[in-house]
Amino acid sequence: MARLLPDPTFYPSPGMAAEAPAESLAYVALLTQGTNGKKDALGVVDADPASPEYGRLVGRLDLPHGGNELHHFGWNACSSHLCAFAPNPHVERRYLVLPGTNSSRIHVVDTAPDPRAPRLVKVIEGEEVMRKTGYAAPHTVHCGPDGIYMNALGAPDGDGPGGIFVLDHETFEVKGRWERERGPQYLSYDFWWHLGHDVMITSEWGTPNMVKDGVNPELLLAGKYGNALHVWDLKHRTHLQKLELGAEQQMVLELRPAHDPRRAYGFVGVVMSLADLSSSIWMWFRDEVTGRWDVRKVITIPAEPADPADLPPLLQGFKAVPPLVTDINLSLDDRFLYVSCWGTGELRQYDVSDPTEPRLTGTLRIGGIVNRTPHPRADGRALNGGPQMVEVSRDGRRVYLTNGLYSPWDAQFYPDGIRGWMAKIDADPNGGIAFDRDFLVEFEDGLRPHQVRLQGGDASSDSFCYAE
Amino acid sequence: MTDTQLPWLSLLLLGAAHGVNPAMGWLFAVGRGLQTRDRRAVWRALGPLAVGHALAIAVAVLLAVSLRQVLPLRGLRWVVAAALLAVGVDGLVRHRHVRLGGMRVNARELATWSFLMASAHGAGLMVLPFVLGAAAPAPGGMHHHHTAPVLAAGAGSAGAIGVTAPLVHTLGYLAATLVLAVVVYEKVGLRILRRAWINLNAIWSAALIVAAVAAIAM
Repeated sequence: MARLLPDPTFYPSPGMAAEAPAESLAYVALLTQGTNGKKDALGVVDADPASPEYGRLVGRLDLPHGGNELHHFGWNACSSHLCAFAPNPHVERRYLVLPGTNSSRIHVVDTAPDPRAPRLVKVIEGEEVMRKTGYAAPHTVHCGPDGIYMNALGAPDGDGPGGIFVLDHETFEVKGRWERERGPQYLSYDFWWHLGHDVMITSEWGTPNMVKDGVNPELLLAGKYGNALHVWDLKHRTHLQKLELGAEQQMVLELRPAHDPRRAYGFVGVVMSLADLSSSIWMWFRDEVTGRWDVRKVITIPAEPADPADLPPLLQGFKAVPPLVTDINLSLDDRFLYVSCWGTGELRQYDVSDPTEPRLTGTLRIGGIVNRTPHPRADGRALNGGPQMVEVSRDGRRVYLTNGLYSPWDAQFYPDGIRGWMAKIDADPNGGIAFDRDFLVEFEDGLRPHQVRLQGGDASSDSFCYAE
Repeated sequence: MTDTQLPWLSLLLLGAAHGVNPAMGWLFAVGRGLQTRDRRAVWRALGPLAVGHALAIAVAVLLAVSLRQVLPLRGLRWVVAAALLAVGVDGLVRHRHVRLGGMRVNARELATWSFLMASAHGAGLMVLPFVLGAAAPAPGGMHHHHTAPVLAAGAGSAGAIGVTAPLVHTLGYLAATLVLAVVVYEKVGLRILRRAWINLNAIWSAALIVAAVAAIAM
């Protein structure tokens, strides 16, 4: 049903969104490890410090199946609906759309009327997704001005190409493939856009066949995983440029464009360099003179030496633990970039006011393949997993972390099994991060938390058309 | 106010009502200004927006005037009423997900966007009840209605109606678009969208349905 006034969680600009009231709930994807008999779920965590249930799981919607491998999910509608060229501001932000990378199934969950008790309202089976799009393994969701955009890792046979498809943001009907001309793009992972420049950026991981059994050492050492970015004409849905990061850069994952629609740059995290196991953050940018897009490395995070006895078999030969940067997030004011090092168990905060010269302004440790750093609330008890999905509140003051990555990788890097937790960090507006000692959610065995979405939006849920 | 002025004034005000809707263009003009940090971009958007809107109205009016050549007036009114009703009801039951462009458009693309946006929302159709009397009995004939159709009010030939009616309407549209774009860009700011962007589509759809009734009753 249409609203009389725009959805109050829509904001014309990132600056106005940063003034939004603090979130009181966080939604977290809870996935089962393969086929352990449990069902995947959407968890609801109380994020209101004034609530007696603060930092606790207060709601849970079980999905019909387990083993979907829920990863990224998103809202049906958001601030981009205020964009002048395709205005739909009276649509409500109330549905969460959760794709399963393993099942290709898409779940639509209604967070109204009771946000603590979300309801499943639609399941689109994987066969339908594959038939209508030619894609499989859907992964990331973004609410665009004219529909829900979702990407997929590959084709129904498990090979490539992966790409993007579109859903109607009210009926959730699968409308079909997005690309009109894909050029050399074959591998797929994340996608996002610069609405102010009519440009989309996509990144590269591997096809479903390349990732479903975990990191394949042969493919990795041969440099077969993704190592490029693709720039697209968002208006005409055509490929513009391929930006190569170099053959040794493997698995180019999370994309975080500047939120200010006037700015034409963003950051992407690379999981691993074959040269030294380091992770890196790259900045893409448009050259104002030529109009061409380019990319440069701005952060390198080295691997840490380690006793092979402390390492899983996959890493023993390297005598080092790689940082494994698997998620990054950018505050709405484009000032702070958060970097998750899932391998070493470190969260880093960089001031990227000058995106070409990031400054490390904060760091803390939790979990980690070797360190197993405890949480202040966990009484010295070792935690496994590491900071993985990282989500920043709209005002930039709070950062939420979960430790589950991807079931086949979890088993390779944390063979003792991921015991799921979710932590919250307080961020100083001038730089610096610290754990909220009252906030540590530990999930029941067999349920792994992945992406977090904050009620009303967060720093990776919305995009904006105005810079005011 | 005489019967000859009233329909023109109605067209003018209807144009202003269209221009008030952020989805019809003023917001696009403001967005281009903000994106380029250049107030001239706001002004430069006005021409293409007006041209596109005028064309949308002209197409509807000319189509109706042409149909009048083969249809009796009563039949034409039913056709227009049915079209208005269809667009109005459709607008009430679902949102349109219009994808007609991006943020960076040239003048031609902006005019095309404006044309398609107005057409998709039935802007031209809404004008038709005011010009439907194109072949109505001459003034002083059997019946003077309070909102006398433009042609019946003595505006001239069908061709002239096809030009003058869109122009008068677009004058109202342009005035509203200009005032809102400049005031919001220079003074008010986009924060106002959150408080003041009422769902004009719902009102608009209701207006289309009212216009459908008017097309028959007129």
